[in-house]
Amino acid sequence: MYPARFRYEAPRSLDEALALLAEHGDEAKVLAGGQSLIPMVKLRFASPELLVDINNVPGLGYHREAASGVLEIGALCRHVDLEFSDVLGDLRPTMAAAAPLIADPIVRNRGTLVGSLCHADPQGDWASVMLALDGEVVAVSAAGRRVIPVTEFVTGPFQNALRPGELAVEARVPVPRGVPLGRYLKLERRVGDFATVGVAVAVETSDGTVTRAGIALTGVGANNIKAVDAERVLVGSTLDRATIAESARLAAEAAKPRTDHRGSEAYKRHVVRTFVERALHPRPAVAA
Amino acid sequence: MTRVDEIGIGGLGASRRRVEDARFIRGCGNYTDDIKLPGMLHMEVLRSPVAHARIKSIDTSAAWAIPGVRLVLTGEMAAQRNLAWMPTLSYDTQAVLATDKVRFQGQEVACVVADDPYTAKDGCEAIVVEYEQLPAIVNPTQALAPDAPLIRDDKEGQTDNVCYRWEVGDKAGTDRAFARADKVTRLKLHYPRSHPSPIECCGSIANYDPATGKLTVYMTSQAPHIIRAAVALVAELPEHLIRIVSPDIGGGFGNKVPVYPGYVCSILCSILLGKPVKWTEDKSGNLISTGFARDMYFDGELALREDGRILALRFHADTDQGAFFSDAQPSKFKIGLVHSAFACYDIPVGHITARGAYTNKAPGGVAYRCSFRVTEAMFFQERIIAAAAADLGMDPAEFRRVNLVRDDQFPYRTPFGFLTDSGQYRRCLDLGLDAIGYEDFLKDKEEARLRGRRLGIGISTMTEPLGAGNSREYDILGIKMFDSAELRVHPTGKAILRTGAKSQGQGHETTWAQIVSHELGIPAADVVVEEGDTDTAPFGMGTYASRSTPVAGAAVSMVSRKIRAKARKLAAHLLEVSEEDVEWELGRFFVRSAPNRGVTIQECAMAAYGNMPDGLEPGLENNAYYDPPNLTWPFACYLVIVEVDPETGVWDVLRVVAVDDCGVRINPMIVEGQITGGLTEAYAMSNMQFMTFDAEGNCVGSNYLDYLLPTAWETPGFELHEVVTPCPHHPIGAKGVGECAAVGGPAAFVNAVLDALSDTGVRNIDMPLLPDRVWEAITTGRDVSGAPPVKT
Amino acid sequence: MFKRQVTITVNGEARAVELEPRVLLAHLLREGLGLTGTHIGCDTTSCGACTVLVDGSAVKSCTMLAVQADGHEVRTVEGLTRASELHPVQEGFQEEHGLQCGFCTPGMMMSALALLERNPEPTEEEVRWALSGNLCRCTGYQNIVKAVLWAAAKLRPAGTGGVR
Repeated sequence: MYPARFRYEAPRSLDEALALLAEHGDEAKVLAGGQSLIPMVKLRFASPELLVDINNVPGLGYHREAASGVLEIGALCRHVDLEFSDVLGDLRPTMAAAAPLIADPIVRNRGTLVGSLCHADPQGDWASVMLALDGEVVAVSAAGRRVIPVTEFVTGPFQNALRPGELAVEARVPVPRGVPLGRYLKLERRVGDFATVGVAVAVETSDGTVTRAGIALTGVGANNIKAVDAERVLVGSTLDRATIAESARLAAEAAKPRTDHRGSEAYKRHVVRTFVERALHPRPAVAA
Repeated sequence: MTRVDEIGIGGLGASRRRVEDARFIRGCGNYTDDIKLPGMLHMEVLRSPVAHARIKSIDTSAAWAIPGVRLVLTGEMAAQRNLAWMPTLSYDTQAVLATDKVRFQGQEVACVVADDPYTAKDGCEAIVVEYEQLPAIVNPTQALAPDAPLIRDDKEGQTDNVCYRWEVGDKAGTDRAFARADKVTRLKLHYPRSHPSPIECCGSIANYDPATGKLTVYMTSQAPHIIRAAVALVAELPEHLIRIVSPDIGGGFGNKVPVYPGYVCSILCSILLGKPVKWTEDKSGNLISTGFARDMYFDGELALREDGRILALRFHADTDQGAFFSDAQPSKFKIGLVHSAFACYDIPVGHITARGAYTNKAPGGVAYRCSFRVTEAMFFQERIIAAAAADLGMDPAEFRRVNLVRDDQFPYRTPFGFLTDSGQYRRCLDLGLDAIGYEDFLKDKEEARLRGRRLGIGISTMTEPLGAGNSREYDILGIKMFDSAELRVHPTGKAILRTGAKSQGQGHETTWAQIVSHELGIPAADVVVEEGDTDTAPFGMGTYASRSTPVAGAAVSMVSRKIRAKARKLAAHLLEVSEEDVEWELGRFFVRSAPNRGVTIQECAMAAYGNMPDGLEPGLENNAYYDPPNLTWPFACYLVIVEVDPETGVWDVLRVVAVDDCGVRINPMIVEGQITGGLTEAYAMSNMQFMTFDAEGNCVGSNYLDYLLPTAWETPGFELHEVVTPCPHHPIGAKGVGECAAVGGPAAFVNAVLDALSDTGVRNIDMPLLPDRVWEAITTGRDVSGAPPVKT
Repeated sequence: MFKRQVTITVNGEARAVELEPRVLLAHLLREGLGLTGTHIGCDTTSCGACTVLVDGSAVKSCTMLAVQADGHEVRTVEGLTRASELHPVQEGFQEEHGLQCGFCTPGMMMSALALLERNPEPTEEEVRWALSGNLCRCTGYQNIVKAVLWAAAKLRPAGTGGVR
C-alpha cells in the first residue's frame, strides 16, 4: 500500500516527455492512466526509478475517425471515453462491446486503451480486441516514429515491443470494409474480475460473405492469442453453422489455457469454443 | 388524556432512521485509522512469504539504518518480554512474532516502527530473513496422514497434527435407528475456507504513558472487554491501567473478535518506545493472517423411513484449524455449536464426531456472521435434507413439512440437548412457497426443460441458536457470556445508555434507544448510546454470534425496568399515594382510582434529583447484567430460483424469497437491512467467495482480485417476508437476526443449482459453485470436490 | 530532495502541500489534509472506499499519486454538505438505510454523485452498473440502490416527479 521511493516528472509537452525518456531509458516508466502501474508500485511488485507522467501532455486524449476512416485512439483516451463514445457507433461493435467490460466503472474513468496494450497483461481485454481488429500502435521517440502491428507489439507477458526512449502515443484500428459483425464475450465472475476467458470476434461481410475475420482470445495463454486458423476458415464463408463450428473448434485448439482457480484447462477451452459460436451466431443467451 | 404513541417516540416497531448515519454520511465517522495522536509513530508488519519453514536467521541491520526508523521488533526481542507467544481464546498458544518456525504464509515475522508508514514499509523491505522451507500441509487429510510432518513441534507432548477430538450424542441409539431404516442417505461435502473480510482491515493505536503506567489502545475490536482481560493476561499489565477503546468499526462479521499479533506488537512497541504506535493492516495482511472461517469437511448420513420421516442422523466433521487453534467461541465447545444442526427437525436420535487438524494455514475459525460453526452445520443439514428428499423421490418442501418440529411440540428438546422454545416452522415454509409460487414454478421448470433451459429451485429451512449464552454452559476463558447495560436518566428526562456490546454497523445507537423508549416512554431521540470504551462501558462480552439483541438488548430492557421501578417510588411520592396505587402506562404513572392524576417519566426524573422522598437515594441510574436463561431460536425459510447455462456452467439468480421469524422486530428497517446483507453473503459464498491454497501453501485469495466479493451488479434483488413468534424468555420477545440469512442462505442457492441438474445424477458440487465446477458436473455426471490444494 | 510542492483545490479550497511523489492521493487527503472521510479498504484498486471526484470524475484515490492532482479539483465526502445542508445523496442514504457500518459509504456516495451528474434519471440497472466499482459488505446493495434513486428523485426539478 506504500510505494517505494521514485522520482517523478510530469512533462508538459510531447517533446519534453520524449527527451526525458531518451535521457533515462530503461529506468523510466511511463504513467498514463496508472490503473495497472500504480497498483503494482503500491504492492512494490514494480519499483521504477523514474515515473514520467504524461497526463499533462496536451492533445493525447482523443479518439477519432481520421479522413481515411482509420480509428485513432490517443494515449490518454480513457476507457470511459470509448464506453460512451459516439465515434464507435455501429462500425466498431467489438470495441463497443468490450469497453464497458474493462475493469470497473471507476477504473474506466482513468485507465487507457493504449496503456492497457503497453501493460500487456495476458488477461487484458483490449489486446484481444485489437488483435481481432488488426490494430496497430504508433510509437514515437526522439529518433522518429514507427507503426507496430499489435501482433508484434505484445512480445510476452507484461512485455511490449517499445524500445527504450519510445512512447506509445496512439492505437489505430483500420477502417471496416464490409458490414461489421463483432462481439466481445467475457466470462468474469464479477465486475472487475479478470477474464476467465475472453473472446473477441470481428467479422466483416459483403453480400453475406465474410471478407475479413478476426478472432482473439483473452486469459487462455501466456499472452492474448490471435486465432488465425479460426479466422481463416471464416473468410469466404456465409457464416453457416458448420463453418462457425469449425472456426470455434480451431479457436479452442489455438487456446493454451492453464488450470487454475478460475477453471480447468478443458473448461477454458470449452468456453472459447462456446463463445466463438455464440459470437458468430448470436442467439438469445440461455442464462441472461 | 393523550397517551404516548410508541411508534411516535421511536419505540419498539418504529423504522426509525439511524442516529449513527448523521456522522457516517458526512464523512465524520471515527474509525481507528482516523485517529491521530500527538507524536504518533507507525508500525508495519513483515510477514512470511512461505507456509512452513524454519527461520535460520533474521538480519535487521539495514532496516535500522533507514532514517526515520525507530524500532525493529523481532520474535527474539518479544521473547525477552515473554511475548513471543500468546494464549488464544481456545486455550492454545499462537506466535506473536515467529521465533522458531513460520507455520503459515502471512505469519508475522517482524515489525518496524517509523515516523511514517512509508518509511516503516521501507524498513520491512530491508529486513533479510533466511528460511529453510518445510513441506506444507493444506488440508486435514494431509495433516492426519501417519507420516505428516509435525506442525506444532513447539507444543510439549504434541506428536501429531490433531488439534482436538469431540463427540456428542447417543452412538448406540443412533446405530440401532440406522439398522431399522428403510433408506440411508449419505452426503460428503466441504464447506470451503472463507474470510469475513470487512472492508475496514484491523488496526490499533497503542498509547502507553510511562508517567502514569496507563495503556490506552484504540482498536478494531468487536469485544473490547475480552481484549482488556486478554491484554492484562498476555502483557501482564494491571487491568485497571488498561483502557481499550473500539471507535467506529468498518464491519466486523466475526473477524474482529480475536486478539491478533499486530495488536500485541503495537502495544509492545508503544511500551518500548513510550510513544503512541499506530498499526493499520493492509488488505492482504488481513486476508492471509486474520481469522478465517469455515473450512470443514462433512461426511454424514440420515436414516429414513419410507413415509419420509427421519429416524436418526449421524455425521463426522473434520475441520482445518490452521496453524494455531484460535477459534473465538465458548470454550467448552471445541467445534462451536455444530450440534445445533437439524434442531428444526423432529429427529429422535443422533451422533456427531468431530476432529480438528493443524495445517499450514492461517488460524482463526471465527464465527463469521454466525453463531460458532452454525453456518457449516446448517449448510450440511440443508444439503443432506435435499439429498434425502431426492433419494426418497419426495418433494423437498413436503419432506421438510413432514419432519419440521410442529408448533405444539415446543419447548422441544433436540437429541443433542438444546431446547428450542418457539416457532411456526410450517407457516414460514408455506408462506415462502406461496410467495415464490412454488407449484407454478415446478410446471414452468418442466416446460423450460423441454426447451433446453435448466431452471432450479432451492429451499433452505433452519433454526439457529443465537445469543450465547447462559452462564451454566457458555464462557470464554472462564468469563461467562452475559452482557450488560447501564442507564443514567438525567434530571430533564434525557438519558445516556452504555452497554458491553459493540456495534459494527448493526445500529445499536438507534435500536438500544428504542428499547429504552419502549420500556420507559422516553423518546428515543432523548437517549444517547455509547459503547466500546472499557473505561466507561459496563463489562460485556461484545457483539458477535448475533448476541447483541438477545443478550445486551435484554440487559437494556432489564436496566430500564429497574429505572422504572425506582421511578414508581418517585411517582407515588409526587402523587402522594402509596406505590401500590400507582399504575404504569407508557411514559407515565397515574393513580389507579384517578387516571387523570399522573406524572410523566420526565417529572419523575426531575424528582429523582430534586424532590425525592425521605429515605430514597437520589439519582436515577442503574445497571443490569443479563444472564440469558436459554439461547434464542429464530427460524428462517429461504427460497432461490436459478437458471443454469449448461454450456458454460454460469448460473444466474432469478428470484430470492426470504421468510424470517426473528421474533419481535425492534426496528424493522434495520432488521431488513441485516437480512439483505446476510443474503448477499449467502449468494457470495455459493457463487464466488472462497479462499483456497496451492500445494505449497500459498494462499489463493490474498487480495480482492482473487478473493471475490460481489458488487451491486451481480447481487440479486431480495423479496422479504416475515412471521413473528415472540421469544418466550427474552424481555421484549426478540430473537436476533444478523446472521440467519448468511447461515441458512447458502444451501438455498446450492440446492437450486443442483435442482437444475437433477437429471444428471450429480449429488454435490462444493462451494463456490464456480462455472467450471458446474460445467464439469454437467458434463461428467459426477460430484465435484473443492478441497485444496488447487491445481496450478 | 524527494519532496515537491503541489496545489490542489479540495472541496473548493486551494491547498498547498509539500510531499513525496510516492504519496497516494488517498494518503494525502487522510493524513496530510485531515480529511478522513475518504477511507482505504484494499490494496488492489478493487473496493472503491477511497473514491473521490477529480475534476468531476470518480477516481479511486488510492490509485492516483497526490502529485498528479496538482492543479486539479478534488471533491471528497466532506464537500457534499453545503452550509450544513445535506446533499440529496446523503439524505437518500439515511432515508433508505443505505449504510450500516458506514465504511464504504463515502466512496459509494461519491460514485453515486458522479452518476447523477452524468445521468439524472438512472434506472435501477444503471445505478447498479455505476456502483459496481464499489464494494459493500453490509447492506446487500438493495438499499443503496434505493438511496441513489431517492436522491435522483429529489434532485429532479420540481414538477417532474417527487420522491417516489
